[in-house]
Formats: sequence, structure tokens, C-alpha cells
Amino acid sequence: MTDAINCGLAILILALAAWTIVARDTFSAVVGFVAYGLLLALVWVQLHGVDVALTEAALGSGLTGALLLYAAARLRATEREARAERPGLPTRVAAALVAACVTVALGIAVLALPDPAPTLAPQTAASIATTGVGNPLTAVLVAFRAMDTLLEAIVVLFALIGVWSLAPDRFWGGRPGTLHHSDPDGVLAYFARVLPPIGVVVGVYIFWVGADFPGGKFQGATLLAAMWLLAVIAGLADTPPIGRTWLRAALVAGPVVFLAVGAAGVAFAGAFLGYPDGYAKPLIKVIEWALFPSLALTLALIVAGAPQRSAP
Amino acid sequence: MSAALDLFTIVAVSAGVVFFLAGTVGLLRFPDALTRLHALTKADNLGLGLIVLGLLPRVDGVQAGLKLVAVWLLALLASAVASQLIARVARRAGQST
Repeated sequence: MTDAINCGLAILILALAAWTIVARDTFSAVVGFVAYGLLLALVWVQLHGVDVALTEAALGSGLTGALLLYAAARLRATEREARAERPGLPTRVAAALVAACVTVALGIAVLALPDPAPTLAPQTAASIATTGVGNPLTAVLVAFRAMDTLLEAIVVLFALIGVWSLAPDRFWGGRPGTLHHSDPDGVLAYFARVLPPIGVVVGVYIFWVGADFPGGKFQGATLLAAMWLLAVIAGLADTPPIGRTWLRAALVAGPVVFLAVGAAGVAFAGAFLGYPDGYAKPLIKVIEWALFPSLALTLALIVAGAPQRSAP
Repeated sequence: MSAALDLFTIVAVSAGVVFFLAGTVGLLRFPDALTRLHALTKADNLGLGLIVLGLLPRVDGVQAGLKLVAVWLLALLASAVASQLIARVARRAGQST
């Protein structure tokens, strides 16, 4: 029975992936990509990677999907001309060759993987008690490989700066995105009033249980960001001007706390991002609590886009 | 008792699957966006509702059952709102052409 489901999933995913590539219409391709991400999340659940499944559904499919939808909407004006252009035969042959080479290289790489795969799982399981958290993924992300998570948080911030840098000069410091209007008694405004209380509770819960069960700050922060964007799209809230000091302070607060804890590790534990004995769990909590709101704000503002209106 | 519950599960889930099948057939066969949405909502609302109903006797504990019902209610809310929004866009697009 499970095999049948897995086979069905695999066939569906391959078909959907092929369709997403073949689809000529940008909007259809994005819709295909989002559905593909959700199916991929199901595959991760089947592989018992619930943490990865949550991340794939929230970030890989949801947030990236929203970004791609915005991009597709912007490209709509130029799409007809782009489609009318047809690359010449040499270009197409070259593209096919490059794609085939990449596929073959990937296939060889996958087939050449050592079997059994090298794993650090036993070491993680043996050392997890020193961190005080119950979810091995959280232990890896915030303790054993804290450096990666720190850089990730900073990369997300850089992405936001990249988005902002697309702003025209006259709108610098203004509000991101266009002003949304919708019928205050309409269905979208109703939805934006009913869903956020539920979504915020679920988001904070996913963050809260992340220490011991699947979940974590990135997934929870994505949900919070989505709820806020829903209110913005329904016209119930507006994006803050990006020139505000409090906004910038809130954006960097998470990475700054992370860096401060890491620097303190040099003095007290003898290594950058080292945690002194017995203080691992409280320090991990401090980092997670500091990163969570910063991440939610950063992710929401990345989707909100570049400033398009001057601040009042 | 357990046989009766099993029978209930089989009947309810099968009925739910029939609604999903009918919704999918409608999505593929109906002529325009509004009728296709009409077909889809049957799958979301009744199909998922019946499957949740059928699974309720099989969960352990009230909490898991409540979670299932919550999933159904959230899907109802989301599908109703999404169909309204898609229908509005479809109607506007139809008027402009």
C-alpha cells in the first residue's frame, strides 16, 4: 500500500516537473512549481524528514512561489514578445547539449555516491545531550553547525538589501509594494481577519516545538510573514517605510544577537559560537528567540518587494 | 462494534473519493472557469469532509480528531475564498473580452 503511494508520488512529481519545464506560459509554470514543491514536501514526510517537509512547504513552495508569482505578474507585459522570439537552431542544439551534459553529470554523481552513505548521525545522537535540546535537527542547526545558520540568517538579510536596492531613487526610504485596496466587507478582507489569528498561533507553535520536535524558526517565521502579507494584500495593513530606524533595528536584531553570543563564546568557551558547559540550552533559546521575529520581518519584506511609494 | 465502525469508515471514505473523482472529472470536462470552480468545490468541501468523517473513528484521542476537523474547516475556508477570488478574476476577464 505504502509502495503504491510512493510510486504514485514519484510518477506525479516527475510528470509535474516535466510539465513545469515544458509549460510556455510563465504563470502556469509557477503554479506547476508550487504544486511540485507541495508534492515534494509529501515525499519528505514519507522519508521521515518532517523538518525538511515543513521547510519545503513553507519556504521552497510558499515563499518562493509567492516571489515567482509576483515576478510572473511583472513579466506579463513583455511575455508575448518574449514568446514570439524563437532561438535559432544552433542555440537550441547548444542548450540541449548543455542540459544533457548536466543531466548525465548529475546521474553519474548520484550513482557514484558511496553506499552506505557516510553519516554523522551517530555522533549527533551521542552529543545531543550536551545541548539540552530534543530535536537533533535543531541541535545541528544551532549548536554543532551554528556557523551555517548564522550565515543563512545574514544571507536572508542580504537578499532583502538586494531587493531594496532595486528601488528608484525617489522612493528610497518609502513603503514597499503598491497600496492594496479591497472591499472592506469583501471575502478577501474577511479571510484576512479570520485566518491570521489561527496562522499566528500555528506559526509560533511550530517555532516553539522546534527545540524538541520537527519545526523551527524559519518555518514559523514564514507563516507569520504570510499572515502579515495576507493582511497587507487585503488592504487591512500597510507596509512600513523602509527608512524607519525601528524597522532596520528589528531586521538586524536577530543576526546581531547571534553574533554577540558567538563572540562571547570566544571569551567563555574558547571558540567562536562555542557554548560554555551547562549554558547551551539557554543560549540556543536566546538565539532562536532573537532570530524568530527578525526572520519573519525579513522574509515578509522580501516578498513585499522594493519600495514603490514615497513615505508620507 | 468495531466491524460497524470499519464499515462506516469504508463507506464514508469511498463516498469522499467519489466526490473527488467527480470534482476532477468536472474540472477536466466543464466548459468555463466558473463551472470548473463549481466542480472543484464539491471535491474540497464534501469529498474532504466525508474522508475526515470516515477517518474520525480511527484516530486515537479527541485531540487528533479535532485536528482532522480543523484541517477540514481550514480547507473549507481557503477553498471558498480562493474560488471567490478566481471567479472574480474570471468574470472580469470575461467582461473585458
